[in-house]
Amino acid sequence: MLRFSKIPIVVLAGFLLIFPLVCTGISALHGYISLMVFAGIYCLITIGLSLLMGYAGQISLGHAAFFGIGAYVSGIATVRFGVNPWFCMAGGMLVAAMVAALIGAPSFRLKGHYLAMATLAFGLIVNIVFREESAWTGGPDGLSRIPGLRLSGFMFNSTIRFYYLVWVIVLAAFLFAINVLQSPAGRALRALHTSETAAKSMGIDIARYKIMIFVFSAVLASLAGSLYAHFMRFINPSTFNLLFSIKLLIMITLGGMQSLWGAIVGTVLVTFLSMEWLQFFQEYESIVFGGILLLALIFLPEGLTGLPNMLAGRGKK
Amino acid sequence: MNMASLAGQLLQYIVTGVTIGSIYAMVAIGFNIIYNVTEIINLAQGEFVMLGGLVMVSLHMLWKLPLIAAFPVTVVIVTGIGLLMNYAAIRPIRRPTVLTLIIATIAASMIIKGAAMLIWGTDSFDLTAFSGRTPILIAGAAIQPQYFWVIGFLVVIVAGLTFFFDKTIIGKAMSACSENAAAAQLVGIDVRWMVLLSFALSAAIGAIAGITMTPIALMDYDRGAMLAIKGFGAAVLGGLGSFPGAIVGGLMMGLIESLGAGFLWSGYKDAYALAALLIVLFIRPSGIMGNRDVIRFKRF
Repeated sequence: MLRFSKIPIVVLAGFLLIFPLVCTGISALHGYISLMVFAGIYCLITIGLSLLMGYAGQISLGHAAFFGIGAYVSGIATVRFGVNPWFCMAGGMLVAAMVAALIGAPSFRLKGHYLAMATLAFGLIVNIVFREESAWTGGPDGLSRIPGLRLSGFMFNSTIRFYYLVWVIVLAAFLFAINVLQSPAGRALRALHTSETAAKSMGIDIARYKIMIFVFSAVLASLAGSLYAHFMRFINPSTFNLLFSIKLLIMITLGGMQSLWGAIVGTVLVTFLSMEWLQFFQEYESIVFGGILLLALIFLPEGLTGLPNMLAGRGKK
Repeated sequence: MNMASLAGQLLQYIVTGVTIGSIYAMVAIGFNIIYNVTEIINLAQGEFVMLGGLVMVSLHMLWKLPLIAAFPVTVVIVTGIGLLMNYAAIRPIRRPTVLTLIIATIAASMIIKGAAMLIWGTDSFDLTAFSGRTPILIAGAAIQPQYFWVIGFLVVIVAGLTFFFDKTIIGKAMSACSENAAAAQLVGIDVRWMVLLSFALSAAIGAIAGITMTPIALMDYDRGAMLAIKGFGAAVLGGLGSFPGAIVGGLMMGLIESLGAGFLWSGYKDAYALAALLIVLFIRPSGIMGNRDVIRFKRF
C-alpha cells in the first residue's frame, strides 16, 4: 500500500521542469508560473501536514502560525538586522521546531483532539502578536523591502528562477517524507495508524513519533514562510490567519489524507481555485470552500487521489 | 490613582468578566452536550451564537417583532439550523471518524459564516437592551442592566439542563449515550436521535448566548470562530465534558480576559484567555474539575 514507485515521481519532476517553458510560450498561461510558485510554497506545508493527518491521525489548525514564524523571522532579521537570508531561514526553522515541540508535547500525551485546539489557540495568539508588536513586525501594515535570495552571486530575482528553487525544495521534502515513511520510524507510524493499542504493545513510543512528525511539519511550514517572504518581499499578518490554516486543511482533505500525493494534488488544485479560477466568487469564498470541503468529505472520503481506486472498486461490484 | 477608584475599577472589570464569562460558559455547555454524546468537537458552535444575535437583530429591530416573541422565534430558527447541520453535514459523512467529523463541522461553520455575510453584510449590528441602558452604579462601578440578563440566562440554562438530564427520560437516555453509546443502543435508545437532539440543544443554547450578548457587544458575521475557541477553552479549562466545569471555566476565561485587557495591554484582549488555555493544556490537561481517567477512557 505504501510502495512509492519511482515512475510517477520522475513524471512529476519532468512535468515541473517543462511547465514554465510551456507557460512562457503561451501568453494566456503567463500568470500560471507565479501561481505554481505559491502552490509549491504551500505544498511544503501540506506535505508535513499530510504526514500529521494521514499518519498521526491529528489535525493542526495553526499551521498558518508556523508559516508566519518563518516569514517573520526571515523578514525581521533581514530587514532590521541585515542578517544573511539563508541563516534566517535556518533560524526560523529552529524557532518553529522548538515552539512545535513545546505545543505538541502535552497535546500528544493525551488522547483526543487536543492538538487541534491547542494549535488553533496558538495560531490566533501568534496572529495577534504579529498585529500588535508593530515596532518589530510593522503591525497590520506589514513589513516591506524584504531582500530577495541569492546564492553566491546568483540572484533568484525572476519568477522562473524562484519557481525552480521552490520546486527543487518541494521535491526534496517529498522524497524525504517518503523515506521517513519507509524507515523503521515510518513503519511504526503506519502501525500506529492501524491500531494504536497494537503499536503500543509492540513497544512503540507513540507520543514520541507523533511529536517528531508535528515538529517536522512545523519546520517545513517555517521554511515555506521564509521562501514566501523572500518571494513576495512583503508580508502582513492577514496572510497568516485562521482561514489560511483551514485552507491547508481543505487542500489535504480534497487531495486525500492518506497519501502524500494527495497533498500535492490538493494543494495545487486549491491554490489555482482560490487564486485564479474562483476569483469571481470572492464574496462567496467562505461558502464555496466550505462546500468543497463538505462535498469532499461526503463523496471523496479518500480524496481525489483515492478516486481511481474507488471507481475501480465500484467497477468490480 | 486613589484606592477608591482603583477598587471601583477592579469591581467593574470583575463584573464585566463574569458577564463575558457567562457567555463563554454557555458556549462551553453547548460544546459539552455534543461532545458527551458524539465525541465531536463542534467547531461551528460559535456560528450558532453569531446566528442567534443576527437573527434576533433582524426580527426585533428590522421587522419590529416584540422582544418576547422575537426571542423564542430566534431560538427556534437557530435550533432548526442546528438540526439541518446534523442532517446535511454530519450524517452524510461516508466514513465517520472523529477526525473527519470535526473537519465536517469546520466546513459547516464556513458555510454558515459565508451565508451570514451574504445576508447581513459585514457591518456590526446593535440590539436594544432588554431593560434599557441606564447603568446601575454600585461602589464606583457602572453596571449595565443587560449584564444581569446574561448572568440570569446562564442560571436558567443550567437549572433547565439539570432538570432535563436528571428528571426526564430523554435526558437520562442522553446521559446514557454519553456513558456508553453501544450499551445505550443495546437497551433500545436510538443513538442517532440522541445525536440529533444534542445538536438541537446546543444550537438553542448558542442562540440564547448570542441574543443576550448582542446588546453588550454588538454582533457581526465574523464573530463565530473566536467565540467557539474561547468557549472551547472554557470547556477544557473546566474539564471537557463536565457541566460544572464549563461554568467555572467560562467565568475564569471571562475574568482573565477582562482583567488582562483592563490592567495589561488591551490589544492582547483576545490572547489572554487563549494563553490560559494553552497553559492549562500544559499543566493539567484534564482541566480544573475534570477527571484524568474520564479523558483517557474516551476512545479517540
